[in-house]
Formats: sequence, structure tokens, C-alpha cells
Amino acid sequence: MTAPTTDRARGAAPTGPVVLTIDDVSVDYLVDEPVHAVRNVSLELARGEVLGLAGESGCGKSTLAYAVTRLLKPPALVTGGRIEFHSREGYAVDLTAIRGEDLRQFRWDKVAMVFQGAMNSLNPVINVQAQLEDVFSTHRPEMKKAERRRRAGELLERVGVDRARLKAFPHELSGGMRQRVMIAMALALEPQVLIMDEPTTALDVVVQREILDEITRLRDELGFAVVFITHDLPLLLEISDRIAVMKEGRIVELADARTLYTRPQHEYTRTLLSSFPSLTGERGAFVRTGVDTTVPGPAAGRSTEEPDQGPDHDPDEHEEADA
Amino acid sequence: MTTIELRGVTKDYRVRDGMRGSTLRAVDDVSLVLEPGRTIALVGQSGSGKSTIAKMLLQLERPTAGEILLDGKPVPRGRRGRHAYRGQVQMVFQDPFASLNPYHTIGHHIARPIQLHHPRLSRAEVTERVHDLLRRVRLHPAATFAERRPHELSGGQRQRAAIARALAPSPGILVADEPVSMLDVSIRLGVLNLLGDLQRQEDLGVLYITHDLATARHFSDEILVMYKGVIVERGPADDVILNPKHEYTRLLAAAAPNPERRLAELSS
Repeated sequence: MTAPTTDRARGAAPTGPVVLTIDDVSVDYLVDEPVHAVRNVSLELARGEVLGLAGESGCGKSTLAYAVTRLLKPPALVTGGRIEFHSREGYAVDLTAIRGEDLRQFRWDKVAMVFQGAMNSLNPVINVQAQLEDVFSTHRPEMKKAERRRRAGELLERVGVDRARLKAFPHELSGGMRQRVMIAMALALEPQVLIMDEPTTALDVVVQREILDEITRLRDELGFAVVFITHDLPLLLEISDRIAVMKEGRIVELADARTLYTRPQHEYTRTLLSSFPSLTGERGAFVRTGVDTTVPGPAAGRSTEEPDQGPDHDPDEHEEADA
Repeated sequence: MTTIELRGVTKDYRVRDGMRGSTLRAVDDVSLVLEPGRTIALVGQSGSGKSTIAKMLLQLERPTAGEILLDGKPVPRGRRGRHAYRGQVQMVFQDPFASLNPYHTIGHHIARPIQLHHPRLSRAEVTERVHDLLRRVRLHPAATFAERRPHELSGGQRQRAAIARALAPSPGILVADEPVSMLDVSIRLGVLNLLGDLQRQEDLGVLYITHDLATARHFSDEILVMYKGVIVERGPADDVILNPKHEYTRLLAAAAPNPERRLAELSS
């Protein structure tokens, strides 16, 4: 699955101690014609790093996340491979073998998840406080009520929501605030790995930026590792240390953010990169192709770029970036 | 050739809050002109009033103050006037999964507006037009796609069918409200380029509503930045993006993911 020799130079290997090992994992959906959703994926997640997982709908990125959190239900089946969690305390947990009470205790405590469409995954008839405290009463049954209450307030403040909103119901909060509550809930037990599945997709750019800054700040503060799943490659390029590009269930390219952007190797990565017009630079791939250059039309006020200039990711070209 | 002008358009909504009521000004004194062959991008955050402008352009909402002029004349009141107006102004909606009726074939979606706006055409002529439109949005073979229902199409194909539907009455103005935000990234540019091609062929005036500044810049001639119902900045696309004057435009530009900025940070 990986390119053999250049891996090290391209920053494909994790840089520190590993917290999560995904080794040759495959997931099938056993329907009439079995769907191979994830095929022989191997990944290592370093402690405290942000790993971006990019790909389009149906490429298997969410299925992989669900395999790691052991949330897959039939007809999905992990058909092979090993997923191992290496705790800070020095023991390893085989995530494919763990079950029952052990699994219940492990989930959320060590690996937590922010779900896709998190805006709608809060319970609409219970207030935020009860939902946050629920995490503690399930996982820390010895904790006193007053302590739970205090922690719930702290959590909200940590993600930048006023403690006074504890009594609010989800419908009384804006989309961005609901998303923050979901992140607070995922952080409640100070997990070592946080999996975020399209956490900002439904939000507008300004709110998205606030949430991303929040995630980066919390990561620096608490030192958890993040697997950030999205199809928005420019966003990943900005926040990730390393990026894995997934297509049809396989990881087709894995490199550090900079290498992936400046020297993409796989054809598909190039396609994805050229799918996003650059905000400030001149990216040749995106021009209104065929703008009538022969007849000065009414749209001639704008200069038209060369239509056959190929996709180009040379950073030197973008000197006007962020003027 | 159709030109549409909004002149000092304002829209207030009554908001009820228990016993009291208050007024929310969704759009405040907005003027803009949509001309053949030009694309205007309307950018702004959720709730800034972008879609309210689209609704007023389509006569789904009536402005509280100000005028909407079609070729210099006010939009006629009454059914017949609205009918003629809608032959000229059409819309592509955001979500191609919701904007097509699952019970109807793609062909039906496109034939209906043709029949409504060109009642004299024979059935064979309508079918011919449907197939022609499908070919123009590159759904080949047209006859096969006309028979299919929305669930048999991918997201991109559905959005192209929705574009064909919008073009069916041969309008002069097209309003596209986030036409690609629900689509997979690798096909977005294809759909935008298709819209651009069709615009040139038909000499359409396009209002492109989006919160994606990057495509707004590359896809349009002029950009209007909207904040809380007010247009805070307007100008040629490159000017607005590369030299933003208004605080809010800068905020939007800074919020958009920008790999080049990160690259510069990593290098320094």
C-alpha cells in the first residue's frame, strides 16, 4: 500500500511514540454483493499529532473510524488486520479482541469520537448539563454529584461556552455551540485519541475557523492525538501534521502536510488538490475555461488566465499570498 | 437579453417573542444589477441575508421597501405577470437530493417547465428539447437519462439535471444558491465550469450565492460581501479578495482555509 523507498523523506512515518496502530485492516459490508469498504489499511498515529484523513463520500474513511472505535454493526465486518492502542501508561490494548465490560470501559475513556453531523447527535429533550454529567456517572461512578456538576461546567468553559448555558437544551444553542458541546463531551474523560468525523462540515467558514482554533488550542493543552476526517483538503493542509489520502478503501498516499501539498505523488491527490481553487494565488487549473478571449464580451473586465496552464502547486508562484 | 435590477431593496421579517413582537431586518437597502453574461457572487456567513435576496429575486418573498425591475420595468403583480417573470428568472438549489421529486423521471422534471412556458410545442418537440438540454448538461445518452429517476443518479448528475431543469424555460437570469456545496470536491469544479459554459452559450446573468470565497473569486466578475443584511463591500472579484477593504471581508478571507499561509508558516 505504501510507496517503498521515499517514505521517510516524505514524512510518512510518525515522528514520536505511537498511540494507535492500525495494521492491515480490512472491513467488508456483507450484503448481496459484498462491499470492500476498507482494504488493507495500515496507519500509525503518534501521540499528540493531528492526522488528516482525506477522501470523498464512499471512500471508506468513516468506516475506518468506526472500526477503530468498534462501532461497526452487521452487515459490516472487520475481515482482517489488527488495531492496537498503546496507552500512555505503557500497556497495549488489542482493539479487535476487546469486548464486553472491558470494551465499555475503554470506549470514550481512551478513544473518543466527535461524530459526523454532531449538531444533531445531542439528545433534544435533555439539557446540556445532564448529557455531560452522564459521561461521568457512566465512567466514573465513584464521582460525587457536586464534583460532576463542577466538571461539566469546566468542560463547557474549556471549549469556550459560558457555564451559564449548562441548563440550555440543544435547540437553544447555535450550530457552532452545539458542536463545541460535542467536543466538550468527547474531551470529558481526557482521552488520548480523538477521532473527528467531518466535525465542521455543516458550519459556515467563520464558525469553522473558531472551532478549528479551539481544537488546535486544546490539543496543545491536553496533548491528545487527533484523527481528523474530512473531504476538505485545504482545511487538512492547514491543521494536520500528516495527511492520508483515501480512495476506494485504500490509502493511496501518506505524507506530511507540506510534502503532500508541494510534491503530491498519486494522481488522485493531484486531482483533489486541483479541485480547490486557491484563494489568493493563481492556480491555473481553475479558470473559467473557455472564457471567450476572441470576442471582448461583457465579462472582459476581468483578465483571463491561460486556460491550458496545468495544476501547479509551486509555492514560489504564490508571492501575493496573504499580503 | 434580460437585465434585472434590485434598487434599494429592504426586507423585514416580523419575529414573535412570546407576547411581544419585533422586526428583523434581513436585507437592508441592497442594490444590484444582473446583466447578461456577467456573474455576480454574493458571499457572507449563514444568516447574512443571501438567501433572502434569492427569494425576493424569484418572487417568493416581496420586498418591504425598494423595487425589483425586470428590463427596467417593475415586476407585474398577479399570476400572469409572475408566470412570465419566472420564465425569465430561474434557480438552481443547493441540495440536488431534495430539489428533485423522487417519483418523477428526470425527463418529466425538465419537460414540465418547457410545457408550462411554451404551451404551443408538440409532444415530440418537447421531448426533443428535453434531450437537447440533457445533452447540454452532458448527461449522455440523453434518452436513457430522461427515463431515470433521481435515485439512480449520482449527486453531480442530479445537480446537472437540476441545472437542465432551470434552463428549460430558457431564462435570462439564473440564481445559483450554493450549487456545489453538497457535492463531492472532485466534481465541484466540473459543475461550476459547466455552469460557466452554459452561461456563455446563453448569455445568462448569474447570481452565484456562496460562502466559499475561493470559487467566488474565480467564478465571478464581481463580488458583493454581505453582513447582517447590508452589502459591506463590492467590486471586481480579484480586488475584493486580494485587497479587502472592509473589516468583515478580511475576517471572511482569514477564516477560509488557506494552505499557502500554513506553508509560509512552516517555511519560516
